[in-house]
Amino acid sequence: MDFDPARDYPLGTRRPDLVTTPGGIPLADLTLAAVREGTLEAEEMRATPETLRRQADVARAAGRPELAANLERAAELASVPADDILAIYTALRPHRSSAAELEGWAGRLEAAGAPAAAAFVREAAEVYAQRGLLAREPAAV
Amino acid sequence: MSRPRSKRFLSREGRELRRELLIAPEPELGLVAMNGPGDPEPSLEVKDGRIVEIDGRSEAEFDVLDHFVARHGIDLEAAREAAGLDDAELARRLVDVDVPRADLVCLSRGLTPARLARIAGLLDPVELMFALKKLRARRRPANQAHVTNLKENPALLAADAAEAAARGFAELETTVGVSRYAPLNAMAILVGSQTGRPGVMTQCAIEERRSLALAIQGLTTYAETLSVYGTEPVFVDGDDSPWSKAFLASAYASRGIKVRFTSGGGSEALMGHAQGCSMLYLEARCLAVIRAAGSQGVQNGSISCVALVLSVPAGTRAILAENVLAAWLDLEVASGNDAIASHSPTRRAGKLMGQFLPGTDFVTSGYSVMPREDNMFGGGNYDADDLDEWLTLQRDWQVDAGIEPLSEERTVAVRERAARAVQAVFGAFGFPPVSEEEIEAATYGRDSGDLPDRDRAADVQAGDRVLAERISGLDVARELDRRGFTDVAEAVLGMQRQRVAADYLQTSAVIGPDGQVESAVNDPNRYGGPGTGYRLEGERWSKLQRLPHVVPARSLDGGVANGAPPLLAELGVAAREEGVEDVVIAVGPAFGGALRETIAGLAHADVLAALVEGVREVGGRPRVVRVRRVSDVAFIGHDGAQLSGSGVAVGLQSKGTALIHRSDLQPLDNLELFGMAPLLTLESYRAIGRNAAGYALGRRVGPVPTRLDNFARAKLIVRTTLLHARETAAIVPGAPPVELELTTGV
Repeated sequence: MDFDPARDYPLGTRRPDLVTTPGGIPLADLTLAAVREGTLEAEEMRATPETLRRQADVARAAGRPELAANLERAAELASVPADDILAIYTALRPHRSSAAELEGWAGRLEAAGAPAAAAFVREAAEVYAQRGLLAREPAAV
Repeated sequence: MSRPRSKRFLSREGRELRRELLIAPEPELGLVAMNGPGDPEPSLEVKDGRIVEIDGRSEAEFDVLDHFVARHGIDLEAAREAAGLDDAELARRLVDVDVPRADLVCLSRGLTPARLARIAGLLDPVELMFALKKLRARRRPANQAHVTNLKENPALLAADAAEAAARGFAELETTVGVSRYAPLNAMAILVGSQTGRPGVMTQCAIEERRSLALAIQGLTTYAETLSVYGTEPVFVDGDDSPWSKAFLASAYASRGIKVRFTSGGGSEALMGHAQGCSMLYLEARCLAVIRAAGSQGVQNGSISCVALVLSVPAGTRAILAENVLAAWLDLEVASGNDAIASHSPTRRAGKLMGQFLPGTDFVTSGYSVMPREDNMFGGGNYDADDLDEWLTLQRDWQVDAGIEPLSEERTVAVRERAARAVQAVFGAFGFPPVSEEEIEAATYGRDSGDLPDRDRAADVQAGDRVLAERISGLDVARELDRRGFTDVAEAVLGMQRQRVAADYLQTSAVIGPDGQVESAVNDPNRYGGPGTGYRLEGERWSKLQRLPHVVPARSLDGGVANGAPPLLAELGVAAREEGVEDVVIAVGPAFGGALRETIAGLAHADVLAALVEGVREVGGRPRVVRVRRVSDVAFIGHDGAQLSGSGVAVGLQSKGTALIHRSDLQPLDNLELFGMAPLLTLESYRAIGRNAAGYALGRRVGPVPTRLDNFARAKLIVRTTLLHARETAAIVPGAPPVELELTTGV
């Protein structure tokens, strides 16, 4: 059955068939028995990009385009390593990065299949340049 | 020569309220609550589909907030519609039950911060409360708790988390004194919360990197540390920009973590860069950024600057207006009331009502479930000692502000179980053990002072291990299960499952004990007038009425006869007697019969003896009659006076209320009234007898001295009512008074 963002929320109870871990384990199999058998890894206990996109669809259907855009960025970032994410966050702080450095991160995000997040970083670079929020000295990344 | 000081002024100066300062507005410093003289005129100009002016600033002058809002926070179609409506019309729609919330949310996307602040400024306090009720995102209100302690003791954290969860808090927030404790504190409240009630969400407020790491390991489920400020210099001083914060929000969401931003009036003034603008206008800027960032919600309502906002006129109103704006922008609102707003309990409660009565997604951003001395957030506006007051206020107003009553027995049981669960987890991971002494103290103690000291160096090392070895929520579930805490293990695992489904990323999400997510998507607030929206009724209302200290009214019946033989024999219908010495003591229908004691606990026999003695001391001749047709003391006394040879009678109700009456007075008039029955002693009754005889014999009489305790009524009105009900039940309609035998005992 197709996903209907206006009807299928909450996914966990209404459409558990659509929800899996990044490794493809269905929601229904995330049981204490599986924990006892040692077949579950902690890294599996998180939303997939697909689930986050569905949540973005739910938000949009509920009239929340800004939340939807945030969840779409999140869906893109789901497969970006946590260390990179924290490095980009730090790079986006005021006076941390040159325009080139931010462009570097944008390029990497784009290459990682995160175009919306990349555009977001480029937009920041543009505004930071206007507001004097780029690094005053060339900074090491 | 200096004039003396007024003792009344001096007395007021000593009150708690006067420990804090009130100041006249200082708009240049941002010390003005709302409608500031420096706030810009609202404006919004669009050229070729591009926003070129916001609130008087051209695109070239945009600061980083304007840029962000222009790019992500304004819907041009909504802006066109809003441009055709004047401020008063928009304000009116906020309180019009026939204008749906969804329409207002759409319109809000066309409004600039200055316009939002101006419209909110048109609403008076009750209109603001009504707008908040109407605009809240989730149908059902909830509450958030703070769980911390000075010793960072894990058993106490777990016990407090469990109690908070069992009391119905939907979210629990902890923090640390020493940041290396964070993993242990997060783990303790995860275990405790899931022991108290499955589905309660938890967070640990610390530096973002660490916070994200804990969330990724499944030890927390939400974060609300993303602070936003209303001017560029403060934002930059906070080492962030709208882009960095929005990116961080997406980062949290990418790991399945619920995020709420934080903002609140007064922070810009406190940090020295209010740019001459009012607190409410700057908060409107924050909120515009927060929605533009795609946050599902915000914690606002001044938060930690509340006492600063309350120093200026209309501060309380401006804080409520902030909450209203957040709700109007379709954000989940955790509405402050966490930091201490005032030294004065009256002022604190006055402030609270703005959020308490309308209901918000989280009425407080942190109710201190432990005593405020253990609150590491600098919070504790309401704390453990205030719980009965909070529950009583809910009961008084029939309002659900998110806290449930819990019996001492259940509280102690759930606290102990949580402490034992965390003991098991610490044992499993080889962390410094949790002792039996700690469990005992965490279960029964008042605060961390009751707990023994732990080896803090060893604890923080264990905290480091949690991060280094990536000990996860799943590991916690496995170890709980191995050690017999299978239900808690299931609940901890349930929270991991929630991260996979990510349903709680939607606006205003909370999780029920069955794992069902309730948010503004599947439980939206559609209030549209009386009888709609969330109403506290049915089973929930019954639950919130049943406070542990509520007693059955009938159990308060003191001084009843319980089958004892009547105190006084009836001699037949009473007649009028002659003689100025004759003083009638007229008692109520239940006196010495169904009832045997006054409300002060004096035996009827002793009271009557005292009256009789008093009358005799002065030379009067006491005679006792029972008035049967009425229970009101005025008529008892008046009826007695009609039978009295002197015309003077003492009227005496069974509960002890007395008066001295005279036959020529109107029934509701009297010579002396003794309404403070709880304060009357046997000596008082003797004095009443003396005075009655004095009046009878035409002597000069000074009124009986009485004491005044205006709290007696609050304390005893329920008992008074019950005793009076007994008296009234003993009435024989139309029956004449009867003469009672004055036995030697009396």
